[in-house]
Amino acid sequence: MESTVPVPRRRFINWLLGGTFGALVASVIYPIIRFASPPRIPEATTNQVEAGDVSDPVFSAKGFKIIRFGAEPVILLKASETEFRAFSATCTHLDCIVGYQKDRSQIFCNCHGGTYDLNGRNIAGPPPRPLIAYKVNLIAKGSEPAKIVVSRA
Amino acid sequence: MLERTKSWLDDRLGLSKIIEFGSHKTVPAHRYSVFYYLGGMTLFFFLVQVCTGVLLMLYYRPSANEAFESVEFIMTVVPFGWLIRSIHSWSANLMVFFAVLHMVSVFFLKAYRAPRELTWMSGVALLFLIMGFGFSGYLLPWNQLAFFATKVGTDISGVVPIVGPWMVRFLRGGDRVSGGTLSRFYGWHVALLPAITFLILVVHLALVQVKGMSVPASCEDEAKSRKPMKFFPHFAMRDLSGWIFALGVLAALAALFPWELGEKADLFAPAYENIRPEWYFVFMFQTLKLIPGGEIAGIEYEAIPIMFFGAAGLLLLLIPFLDRGAQRTGRSRGWSIAGVAVLLWALGMTCWGYASLLPLYVVLISALLLGLLAFITRGSRKPEDR
Repeated sequence: MESTVPVPRRRFINWLLGGTFGALVASVIYPIIRFASPPRIPEATTNQVEAGDVSDPVFSAKGFKIIRFGAEPVILLKASETEFRAFSATCTHLDCIVGYQKDRSQIFCNCHGGTYDLNGRNIAGPPPRPLIAYKVNLIAKGSEPAKIVVSRA
Repeated sequence: MLERTKSWLDDRLGLSKIIEFGSHKTVPAHRYSVFYYLGGMTLFFFLVQVCTGVLLMLYYRPSANEAFESVEFIMTVVPFGWLIRSIHSWSANLMVFFAVLHMVSVFFLKAYRAPRELTWMSGVALLFLIMGFGFSGYLLPWNQLAFFATKVGTDISGVVPIVGPWMVRFLRGGDRVSGGTLSRFYGWHVALLPAITFLILVVHLALVQVKGMSVPASCEDEAKSRKPMKFFPHFAMRDLSGWIFALGVLAALAALFPWELGEKADLFAPAYENIRPEWYFVFMFQTLKLIPGGEIAGIEYEAIPIMFFGAAGLLLLLIPFLDRGAQRTGRSRGWSIAGVAVLLWALGMTCWGYASLLPLYVVLISALLLGLLAFITRGSRKPEDR
């Protein structure tokens, strides 16, 4: 004997139509969501950047400059006569770009008042984490001013 | 001939029914009637935004290399370009101001009571949309302020649990604020947001027509004893005089205080001193500044006020369903006190953020003007005087 499943015809048709319509909506929505989500573009990894030389007048004027480390801003500051330091310039609070207050010897973010010391440690204001440090090498060649090379620590 | 055209159109469009409806439309008369004009004023500024926005699109170019220069071109070369852009900026600010004023008056008069819950919710949605317009439009000149405001504003959405990181990338059109962000914000500002706003605005206005104006519980007797004002022509004429006055104010503001352009966005320059978002975001900005760094149970402190603001937005939307007292009796002292507390906090934070009492003066002067207007338009309370 053949077993019959008691599904009323109308309900079956409704279910079929509803499912088909749902699948149609999904097949329209999915590409839209994927289209609107920006694709990940692989970036060339930067490991080392040459950042001019130590005689750059900006260091005597402002004590720092922001350099391009790939797509990332990095702050390069003159901590003392002979010492340069570099940190990620992206404030760990809400993504602003920090600056250096020479007279107070601190790294400061003007957006929300985040303050870091010269080791990149967050010492006041809202930042939750220290700034990532970068390595600075000075390469002297003969009598020319030494070149500054910033690299990932 | 004219009569025949009229009846031909009437047969097809049913104009006489619309005119019939309009001729019967009335506005309740009582001592708070002046607050009924605030929504119309907001609408006027929105219409100005549409007109000036369409004009700005004739010259504006949404790309990182050209946006700043094209706005500079509008401001310096295009005849009356300075006027159109300044009016667009000033009108945007006044629109936010009047939308907030409108909402505050509706809140304290408990006009969100049944059957107007959906009118309130669509109004709150419109306020959020206006803030979306403000935020997306802010980036378009591609200046330093725009760049940092967008960096911070989009970074904030990262604290949303689970979908946060995706949202940041979605808003920015990539990992960083760049030309890609500008394209997106432009598309939202001139196409997506206007389309959604238009739909909700139609719903909002239709609900106001269908349900009529709400009468505050404390004015019910007064409104019953007084003859309501006919919308056409009495209320509409008053609306119109307000709009003409507002247009004059806009022109004067644009001429006396043309909107600044600032410096072009530099993706590798520190944020400048005293950088600050638009005034209507300052109370949140100042609150964020006060939260120290640190984390508790894996949640960074900065996420707490941000999630709090999100929850507050949801609460605002749901007030008609939460305020049981107003639903029963038309009065709810607790909610009114909470409203005053929130306004005082927002005002205090705004003053602190600007390190100035100017915001307080603006609020006081606005309250004074509204009070004066209410006094002038109060009409007679005695029925026999009419």
